Amino acid sequence: MLKKLDTLKVGETGRIKMVGGEGRLRRRLFDMGVTPGAEVKVKKLAPLGDPMELTIRGYELTLRKAEAHLVEVEVEGNE
Amino acid sequence: MNKHFALAGNPNSGKTTLFNSLTGATAHVGNWPGVTVDKREGTYKKLAEPIDIVDLPGIYSLSPYTSEEIVSRNYILDEKPDCVIDIVDATNLERNLYLTTQLLEIDVPVVVALNMSDVLRKRGTEIKIDELSKRLGVPVVAISALKGENLDELMVAAYQACEKKREGVSVIENKDLAHLIGDVKIAFEGKEVANPLFHAVKLVELDEIETEMHPDLLPMVEAFKKTFEDDTFGSDFEALIADARYAFISQHFHDLLPSAASAEKDEKGKEKAKTTTDKIDRVLTHRVFGLIIFAAIMFLIFHFTFSENFLFTFIRIENPGVINFFTGMASEDFAIIDEATEEILGYEMIGIPSPGVWLQSWFGWFTDSLIIGKLGEVMPEAWYTSLLLDGILGGLSAVMSFIPQILLLFLFIGILEDSGYMARIAFILDRAFRRFGLSGKAFIPMLTGFGCSVPAIMATRTLEDDREKKLTIRLMTCFSCGAKAPIWALLATVGALAGFQGDVFVFTIYLGGILAAVLYAIILKFFSKDTYVSPFVMELPEYHLPQFRNVMALLWEKLKHYVIKAGTIILACTIVIWFLSNFGWNFWAYNSFVDEEFDMQWSILGTLGQGFRFFYYPLGCLEGGWTYGEDGWKYAVSIITGLIAKEDVVATMAELGLVEGAIALNAAGVYSFAAYNLFTIPCFAAIGAAHGELKGKEFWLTLAWWFGMSYVASAVLYWAIELWILAWWGGLLLTLALLGCIVWFAIVVEKRNKAAALAAKAE
Repeated sequence: MLKKLDTLKVGETGRIKMVGGEGRLRRRLFDMGVTPGAEVKVKKLAPLGDPMELTIRGYELTLRKAEAHLVEVEVEGNE
Repeated sequence: MNKHFALAGNPNSGKTTLFNSLTGATAHVGNWPGVTVDKREGTYKKLAEPIDIVDLPGIYSLSPYTSEEIVSRNYILDEKPDCVIDIVDATNLERNLYLTTQLLEIDVPVVVALNMSDVLRKRGTEIKIDELSKRLGVPVVAISALKGENLDELMVAAYQACEKKREGVSVIENKDLAHLIGDVKIAFEGKEVANPLFHAVKLVELDEIETEMHPDLLPMVEAFKKTFEDDTFGSDFEALIADARYAFISQHFHDLLPSAASAEKDEKGKEKAKTTTDKIDRVLTHRVFGLIIFAAIMFLIFHFTFSENFLFTFIRIENPGVINFFTGMASEDFAIIDEATEEILGYEMIGIPSPGVWLQSWFGWFTDSLIIGKLGEVMPEAWYTSLLLDGILGGLSAVMSFIPQILLLFLFIGILEDSGYMARIAFILDRAFRRFGLSGKAFIPMLTGFGCSVPAIMATRTLEDDREKKLTIRLMTCFSCGAKAPIWALLATVGALAGFQGDVFVFTIYLGGILAAVLYAIILKFFSKDTYVSPFVMELPEYHLPQFRNVMALLWEKLKHYVIKAGTIILACTIVIWFLSNFGWNFWAYNSFVDEEFDMQWSILGTLGQGFRFFYYPLGCLEGGWTYGEDGWKYAVSIITGLIAKEDVVATMAELGLVEGAIALNAAGVYSFAAYNLFTIPCFAAIGAAHGELKGKEFWLTLAWWFGMSYVASAVLYWAIELWILAWWGGLLLTLALLGCIVWFAIVVEKRNKAAALAAKAE
């Protein structure tokens, strides 16, 4: 099922379907490897609940929930 | 002219380490993004001819997202290096090759340096170099920048590559898109633009710079866009091209990527490395303990460096010789005297000092007693003796004696930087910072600001948003730089005499600075209409053990910087101060050498200082009897010379005789003096750096802000504490009133934010 990346729980994995947003931010997300098709895992949240730490393309990336909200992921779920 | 090779690569790929190994330079390396903000040059001498090596800032892409990326892009395109050495982190091949695919589009010889391949080998995997080279179409050399392995081979390969011309190649395999790029490329060739392929790809991506530079070719792309429809991406060329690059990488290097090459073996190796970082992160970025640990680490650093009472013990030692060894500063001040018999019972120490203070007092003892003391015995009483001993050596030794403490402080900061913890601090603090219109990323230049404001102001270049950059520069003085450390160390000694803990004092200065920054950020945000907060997209590098060499390079750089500054600008200042404080306005008639009754108060400096003092009245530089006492003008002068360079504050204080137990400040005086020096204009060099980063009006507003806010903060602090001392209930009322104002203000800001958020949602 499709979910926004910021709603994923810690430990959940998904495959990126679509990257929203626009301009430089979107460009940056692409440059950092957040592109459709990439597999992403939510590793943890910062002490204050935001930003989130992700594992993507073999490295650790941190994004705010606001930015993660722009990313749609396909989660293999049984919900 | 020498041939020049450019080093390009992702942040944390070992680029600066490679630069240091190649050139023998000791550029400063840190394990977080954004260490090299501007390019640096060095020379490699082991080939037939000397080669200039240019270290470009670490970048993830050649799109103009940050000014570092623009610096690198413009350098490669405009300066036309003879070869680009692309450093690729073998442990993170996929993302690193993304930049490589862009570099390949430029008509420049490229050599790939596969760094950290030794780490991979240790993990039990190896990347097939020949295969990688064949598929990329450029030479690949496996190196270890850290151990200096294969560097000469790399340079030979680069040297051979630079002899031949190379034409850019694109990795984009989508037929229609490749066709469009081909057409645009031909158009660029028609316009005789260099690097047509690179420009063509960027134009198709609708890159900001490109669309501005070549609006005439834009219709071509737009027209094509209408006819184009991809199943997944529609006509989103930006996404298409990024995807094409990653597709190329995973398609062609799938079997080379460590994760797939020998999946099982590597899983283990990689797992192991990953779990080390994970394990550390489980503690350091823990939901509850993360922030507490951060505060504790900061406190320990200051405690270790500045504490007069390291183990929180009070000791009494009968034998002064022992004290001397432990502290280097046993004196009558600490004698416990039996009032009836006037007999010295022993010496009470505040406690065992921290290593920083201990080293500092020994260093001070060495210069004061040995050098200055011995010279004083042999040199005749004359003006030149006074110039040398009281002026130059007195001022310089005061500045120099803080070297051990500064080095110790930077040893800790260097370890934090090199280990990878700095990026975590940004991660931990981002949420808190965002409330004030800053991203956690702004904390990186701010942390640099704890070292020196000059590179810190330059590091604001890594911030994407101009408003955030401006704000960060304004707040920079809140982060106590290394040159201010001697002031705190000096005041900590004073504080110890006045009855409070030196390290606690220094900790409150650093912490107070951070809190002030938060408060100012709220105020500045209140007056700005803009509610935009720049995004936070950052890599968290893996932890690694701090490299001795990198940390030493940082220390060496600091030491060099400090000594050079002491030998030039501080030296000049001490001579000027010496002259001004020993001569009256009618130089030869009234000076300390012809007139026995000479009173420094009537020297040129004294009279000027009296004038300055009026200006600083509200900060406590008052006429006799008040906090600063009759020496008020000396503090005023120290503050003024501190505007040139902060080391001058201590140097001037030493020259004017304010150091050796002559300071009679109370808590209010200590804090207001500290606050003013903390928040005001950092130094001439920082003004220069700010001028480089800010335009016209913004620059002058920033100077005015530094000047004004330090004055206000210091005055408020002075009167608040003074009131506490005079009448505690008055102090309490004033403190509550001030806190009330802050809380009220925060509520107003919060309400406004909420309203703005609601409005944004309604849209």
